[in-house]
Amino acid sequence: MKRLTPAFIFFVFVTAILQVLIKQDVIHETLIPAPSSVWNTLLEMKIDYVTSFLQTLKNTLYGLGLSILIGSLIAIVFSLSDLLKKAILPFAVFFQTVPIIAVAPLLVIYFGFGAPTVIASSFIVSIFPIIANTLMGLESASSAQKDLFRVYHGSALKTLWKLQLPVAYPYIYSGLKVSAGLSIIGAIAGEFVAGGGLGAMIDAARTQQRVDIVFGALILLSVMGLLFMGTLNLVHRLINLRRPFPAGEL
Amino acid sequence: MSEVSSIRLENLKKSFHQREVIQNLNLEIQQGSFVSLVGPSGCGKSTVLRLIAGLESPTGGLVELDEESAGHFGFVFQDANLLPWKTVYENVALPFELSPALKEISQDEIKDRVLKILTQVKLQDSQHLFPHQLSGGMKMRVSLARALAPKPRLLLMDEPFAALDEITRYEMQIQLRDLWQQEKLTVIFVTHSLLEATFLSERVVLLKGPGGRVTLDRKLDLPIKRDDSLRTSESFNKIIQEISAGLKA
Repeated sequence: MKRLTPAFIFFVFVTAILQVLIKQDVIHETLIPAPSSVWNTLLEMKIDYVTSFLQTLKNTLYGLGLSILIGSLIAIVFSLSDLLKKAILPFAVFFQTVPIIAVAPLLVIYFGFGAPTVIASSFIVSIFPIIANTLMGLESASSAQKDLFRVYHGSALKTLWKLQLPVAYPYIYSGLKVSAGLSIIGAIAGEFVAGGGLGAMIDAARTQQRVDIVFGALILLSVMGLLFMGTLNLVHRLINLRRPFPAGEL
Repeated sequence: MSEVSSIRLENLKKSFHQREVIQNLNLEIQQGSFVSLVGPSGCGKSTVLRLIAGLESPTGGLVELDEESAGHFGFVFQDANLLPWKTVYENVALPFELSPALKEISQDEIKDRVLKILTQVKLQDSQHLFPHQLSGGMKMRVSLARALAPKPRLLLMDEPFAALDEITRYEMQIQLRDLWQQEKLTVIFVTHSLLEATFLSERVVLLKGPGGRVTLDRKLDLPIKRDDSLRTSESFNKIIQEISAGLKA
């Protein structure tokens, strides 16, 4: 709690300054709404916000879950087959550079309006850090550790399970943190084109010039991001209480 | 000491990127003996050990291990090489998890063996600790225990005490001698320290690079039971001088 105090004080300070500047008309309310207006909007439209928040959260979690599952599997396959890694990984890197907002209309054509497109968008954006970090982690076991497993004729499966995955843990954790944030971005981009959730709410508010609604949605998206990070941190602490996994050079 | 051969190296060759590290090495090591391979850095002594362990494939020649030793040896690395997420007990039990040759051994037997060897290396009270909670000497004792827990007939050791302070190193040397006598193992010990090799071994083989030529192969006439007083004895120092001269030659 003590750790969060400076951030909390800074937040209160900035909010108070904004409130004063906007109410004194130094900053026009059509550009940035007063914090009190955002708060009031959040309360007035709480049912819409909660419904949209839960919708976005659900689709983001599906997208992130798929990324973790499929991304880890791809990384494991790449770590076992150098040929596949060399053949496919460059395309994955290339694909990662294509902005999701440019791909999203295609997803609507393929999956239609609604959740499937949002999930696909969230999945596409968040899978690459999982693949890249997990793969880097799986390949990070030292030659001495690999020799130890070779001396005892440990099978490829046992080496993967008992050496490579534990050694990869800090890399996987780091990739998860990046992907968790990206999965929300992907979901919002998906909702802009496919509808639903906080993304559609922001898009609709844009057409009405309702910056207070947009800011309300942004606050909830930040809360979602904090929830993801908090959960990951908690799980990481619980795991490290039981097992001191290597910290890696992260 | 038995005169039955445990390891036979015949015209052994190993090259790395066209650089011949081992050149026609011939060596025979008897069962139950304690042999040290000594030499300066880069002379190929660690490579010989890795070739015996099958961690490297020879470019030419032959590595022959007797039936007892083949596939049933322990390896102690330069660093303790412990898995940081496993406890002392789990690290020592690791060979039983990995080796197909040890999979028939029951959990009760594994527990007995692990606890027995931990007692032998004086770590029975530290079995639940993780490697980061251990000193350098304790880590190395765990590493030694891990190598000995499956009851190998052959123990390969690659400069295992090089990173330890002198007092701990002396303690470990005496402990290793005791374990060797109790377990009746064949030990091949790689070191660059003449003092260490002479204190520990029955036979010292001096290698010189490039090519890992054997420049001296000497059986040591020292008592079976060794303690710290030996290090200052006349016979011990005479042997050191002799081997040292071989190293300079």
